Amino acid sequence: MLYREAGDFKTTYSKDSQTFPIKFDRIGYYLILIVAFGVVPFFIDSYWANAVFVPFLIYAIAALGLNILTGYCGQVSLGTGGFMAVGAYACYKFMTSFPDLNIFFCVLLAGLITALVGMLFGLPSLRIKGFYLAVATLAAQFFLVWLFNKVGWFYNYSASGQITAPERSLMGIIITGPNTEAWAKYLFCLVFVVLLAWLARNLTRSNTGRSWMAIRDMDIAAEIIGVNPLVAKLSAFAVSSFFIGVAGALFFSVYLGAVEVGEVFGIQKSFLILFMIILGGLGSIFGSIIGAAFLVLLPVLLKNVLVGTLGWQTDIAVHVEFLIVGGLIVTFLILEPHGLAALWRTVKEKLRLWPFPH
Amino acid sequence: MSLDSLDITESYTTPDGRTIGGVVMEMKNITLRFGGVVAIKDISFDIREGEIRAIIGPNGAGKSSMLNVINGFYHPQEGEIWFHGKKRAPMKPYQVAHQGIARTFQNIALFNGMTTLDNIMTGRMTHVKSNMLMQAIWKGPAEREENEHREVVEKIIDFLEIQAIRKTPVGRLPYGLQKRVELGRALAAEPKLLLLDEPMAGMNVEEKEDMSRFILDVNDEFGTTIALIEHDMGVVMDISDRVVVMDYGRKIGDGTPDEIRNNQEVIDAYLGVAHD
Repeated sequence: MLYREAGDFKTTYSKDSQTFPIKFDRIGYYLILIVAFGVVPFFIDSYWANAVFVPFLIYAIAALGLNILTGYCGQVSLGTGGFMAVGAYACYKFMTSFPDLNIFFCVLLAGLITALVGMLFGLPSLRIKGFYLAVATLAAQFFLVWLFNKVGWFYNYSASGQITAPERSLMGIIITGPNTEAWAKYLFCLVFVVLLAWLARNLTRSNTGRSWMAIRDMDIAAEIIGVNPLVAKLSAFAVSSFFIGVAGALFFSVYLGAVEVGEVFGIQKSFLILFMIILGGLGSIFGSIIGAAFLVLLPVLLKNVLVGTLGWQTDIAVHVEFLIVGGLIVTFLILEPHGLAALWRTVKEKLRLWPFPH
Repeated sequence: MSLDSLDITESYTTPDGRTIGGVVMEMKNITLRFGGVVAIKDISFDIREGEIRAIIGPNGAGKSSMLNVINGFYHPQEGEIWFHGKKRAPMKPYQVAHQGIARTFQNIALFNGMTTLDNIMTGRMTHVKSNMLMQAIWKGPAEREENEHREVVEKIIDFLEIQAIRKTPVGRLPYGLQKRVELGRALAAEPKLLLLDEPMAGMNVEEKEDMSRFILDVNDEFGTTIALIEHDMGVVMDISDRVVVMDYGRKIGDGTPDEIRNNQEVIDAYLGVAHD
């Protein structure tokens, strides 16, 4: 009964275009922010941080990035893992070359470097579309992983070929390295998620976002109303890669601490993030976040239930997980191509009318 | 009255009392070939400020190709396009849009994943001043600008009487309304020249009447110059000031509806002629 827009009249265009037009939604959003910033950090332990929260937050950023490119601008990319690797290695190079540089800026700069690389690999999109573009970005994926394996400069010629994050702190709090507290990792990632989700929302509701969606829906008509396809596509690649680069930098420096590129940023990472946005919802900010949450939580949940409660063997549980994720993707593609976000919208529609659906 | 003798800067008054200005766009000896196929052959005509100019002709006459040439989709092998007294260099469609030329398509080309409001807002693309960084921050100039565009768009929504479908994704709308939204998107650009490719194709009589009224109102209220392709002769003869007739890529007639109606070559092209 509370979930109503009746009586909540909008008298300005600003109010009409706000992110959460229904008051109940706004309150919910602020409540989640308060809990996320004010409550969770006090209770989080290292298991919850490493198994659930930190990977969820980082994947949410990567999914947001890919969703901007694929969901909003309609350019399919299979190079997400490779671009995350660019972010990770750029962050590593900044951290080791400039030890005094604030870790926050290291991550941001890593994102900018990735944006440039993304634009470079986005150039083929001006000529090719769909599957062919997907293959071109697949080439980026394999090339970038090969590059970071092959060229010693990127991993500072370390004997293992790995990159390891040195200890860095922000305002006296250790953020990277083995001595980091769980809550510090969590909060650092959370700040990035909130900031980037806000930027993504603003971009997608303004002219830039509309030019991306115009290119996605009907590129010829988009050109005729004045969208420069070069600018629209490359800006989508740049923004998307920036997000993915930040995610890669955080994945390496805050979450894992040490990375072997082929293992961590391989093709399976690209697919994982693609599955997140397909399950969550293409062309939806909320969908990116809920998709990331879903695919991070599902394995944890399955492992706890199958191995912990039912006492199955670990490898069987892993295979069952593959089965379930694969089945879900097929089901969603057939039944609800717009993913969990569309389901959520339907629920909200129903809620608005409840209890008198007619 | 023949307009052939009229100078390109001179204006004239139509029978219904509207003043038509000088020439805004002039096509000079346009020839367009696709390999060996000649789509448009040595065609010249002009469009005057404030007039409704119809392009008619049988199927495959090259009418849509002509619009595509104006739009910059096709680049003619020969000929010149003069716009506002300047020869136009070959340019891309989005550059043409920035010159103030908007258009609708024969087969509706709306952005199906977006709402009616967003579709028409994209029409403001050529008027956006804030850059991506400002838009990412939203608060301040970007939001102010967005609201200004929204105001213009809301006026168009009122004008086209589509208030009720403002927030409906256009993919769900019936055909007639989609045509109307597409016209709205073109109008949002506040074009100097509006190209309509068969705005009434596939419509019933009432919808055609509505659309004709909108076209006349656009021309009357905003003073927009309109060039349109249409197959319904009744509509064309009623609403247009001058008509170009094309057949097999050639121009076979040009003049007021009355002149066209009595043009023997046009009658032959439409009704056929006995070969002996």
